[in-house]
Amino acid sequence: MLTTVVEKLKAQFPNSILGVREFRGETTVHVKKEDILNVCAFLRNDEAGLFNYCSDICGADAYTPENRFEIIYNLYSLSYKHRIRLKVFVDEADLHCPSVISVWPGANWPERETYDMFGIIFDGHDDLRRMYMPEEFEYFPLRKDFPMMGVPDSIPLPRK
Amino acid sequence: MNIEQAMDVRQQRILAALENKNTSVYFDDALDNEMILNMGPQHPATHGVLRLLIKLDGETVAACIPELGYLHRGYEKLAENVSYHEFIPHTDRLDYLSPLMNNTAYVLAVEKLVGIEAPRRAQYIRTIISEMARISSHLLGIGALAMDVGALTVFTWTFREREKMYDIFELLTGARFTTSFTRIGGLAHDMTPEVITAVKEFIEQFPEKFNECITMLNTNRIFVERLDGVGVITREQAIAMGMSGPNIRAVGLKHDLRRTQPYLVYNELDFNIPVLNDGDCLARYYVRLNEVKESVKIVQQCLDKMPSGIVHANEPKKVLPRKEQIYTRMEELIHDFMLINFGVNPPVGEIYHAVEASKGELGFYIQSRGEGHPWRLKIRSPSFMNLQSTSQLVEGGMISDIVAVLGSLDPVMGEADK
Repeated sequence: MLTTVVEKLKAQFPNSILGVREFRGETTVHVKKEDILNVCAFLRNDEAGLFNYCSDICGADAYTPENRFEIIYNLYSLSYKHRIRLKVFVDEADLHCPSVISVWPGANWPERETYDMFGIIFDGHDDLRRMYMPEEFEYFPLRKDFPMMGVPDSIPLPRK
Repeated sequence: MNIEQAMDVRQQRILAALENKNTSVYFDDALDNEMILNMGPQHPATHGVLRLLIKLDGETVAACIPELGYLHRGYEKLAENVSYHEFIPHTDRLDYLSPLMNNTAYVLAVEKLVGIEAPRRAQYIRTIISEMARISSHLLGIGALAMDVGALTVFTWTFREREKMYDIFELLTGARFTTSFTRIGGLAHDMTPEVITAVKEFIEQFPEKFNECITMLNTNRIFVERLDGVGVITREQAIAMGMSGPNIRAVGLKHDLRRTQPYLVYNELDFNIPVLNDGDCLARYYVRLNEVKESVKIVQQCLDKMPSGIVHANEPKKVLPRKEQIYTRMEELIHDFMLINFGVNPPVGEIYHAVEASKGELGFYIQSRGEGHPWRLKIRSPSFMNLQSTSQLVEGGMISDIVAVLGSLDPVMGEADK
C-alpha cells in the first residue's frame, strides 16, 4: 500500500519530490519546501494514503553550509496503519517554511517547538510563540552551534 | 475590654489594612465581568508544573492558554552529547510515573536503528515490566483524578497498591523510580525467581483490591456527575489534534499500537482494547480502568508463557558484556572498552519507533551518522500532544471542571516538557 502512495505522490508532484529513501522498512520522502503544504494535503486526503494522524513534527540541524535545517514530518494513517516520513530542507538564509496546521490542527505545538528549538518560522502559523524557552531568550538551543552548557547570562536570573 | 471585643478590634484592623492596600475590587455585578486567572505553575491539580492562563466570563471559561516549559531540561540536546547507553537513565525522568515503560520504548528504538533484537525471554520480561508500569501509572491517574474532584480516599488506596509495585520494582532493578533497567539488546539482568514470585503474588491479590477502589468511585454519584459529559471532544477533533492513548480510545477509536503495529510479544497475547464512545472525562476514566484489568491479564499470560534462556542478545559488538566476564576475559574487556568509549555506532540512517505507553504514543525519532551518539533524537511525548487539546476541552465549561479535565487527560509534565 505504501509503495502505491509513493508512486502516486511522484506522479502527482513530479517536480517537488526530491528523493525517496528506505531504511529499516521506513520510507522517507524528501519534498521541496514550497510544495510541502500541497503534498501534506494530498497525503491526508488520498485514498491510498489517508495519513490523517500527524504523529510528530520536528527539526534537525545538519550543520551544512547549504540546506542546513531539516523539518521532519512523521505521519501515520489510522485507517491503513502505516507510516511515512516527509522531510523538507530549510536554508539558513531563508528560515521560512509553510505551516501545515491547516491540514492537521495538531501540528500547532510541534511547529512551535521547532521554532523554539531551531528558529524556523512557519508561515501561516497564527500563534508562533516559543514553546519551552522564555520569550526573551535570543538563542535556539538545539542548533549545533549552541553549546551544550548553555550561554552564560542568556537567561537573566531574578535580582536578589 | 474582654476577649471578644479584642478579637473584634483585631478583625477590624486586618480589614482596614486590606482596604488600605487597594486590594479590594468592587463590581456592580460580579458575574458580568471578565476576569483573567492564572492557574499554576505551582498548583496541586496541574499534575506538575503546568501553567494555565484562563479568561473567565463569570464562572464560564472563555479562553484558556496552556503554558509549558517549567520543567524543560533539554533532554534532546543532552541526547546528542551522550552515548546511546548513557541516555537510558534520562528516559526514567521523562514520564516519571512509568519509567520502566520509557526504558523499554527507548531501547526498542535504538535496537531498531542498530538492527538487533533482544532474546525471547528479555522480550517477555520487557512486556511484563511495561504492563506493570502501565498499571502503576493508571493507578495514579485514577487516584489523582478522584482527588482532584474531591474523593480523597481512593487516592490513598491506589497509592497503597502502587507502593507494593514499587517494592517489586526495587527488588527487580534496585531502585523504586529511577529504574534504568533495560539495556540495548537486553536487560540489566535477568528476572530472578524471587521477583517472579513477588509479581505473581501481587497480581493475584491486585484485582480484588482494585475492585474495592473502583467500586468506591463507580457507585459514587458525586464523582460520576462531576465527570459525566464534562470536557467532551469529538472523534474528528481528537484525531486532528493528535491525541493518543486512553484519551483517543475514549472517543470510539480502536487505536492501540500494541495491536496496530505490534512490538515485543503483544501479538502472541490475548487481550482486549477497551474503547468507549462518549469522549468525556468519564469515558477517559473508564478506559483507564478497563485497561488496568487488561494489563493484569497480560502480565498473567506473560508469567505463564515466559521461556527460559538468556536475556542478552549474542551481539558482542553492540551489547554490553556481563561484569564477571569483563573481569576475567580479555575479549569481553575489549568489547566493554570499545562500547563505553566509542558506543554502539549504528549505521547511518533514521528511524522512528513508537510504543503504546501508558499516556499514549511514545515515539523516538533518531538520526544516526554512524557515531556513538545520536545526531538528533526527538521524543514524541504523548502528554505534550494530549495537553494541546486542553483549550478545546475546557472552553465553554465551568471553571471547576478544569481540574476534572486535566485529571482525566492525565498529563505528566516531565514528559511534556522534556
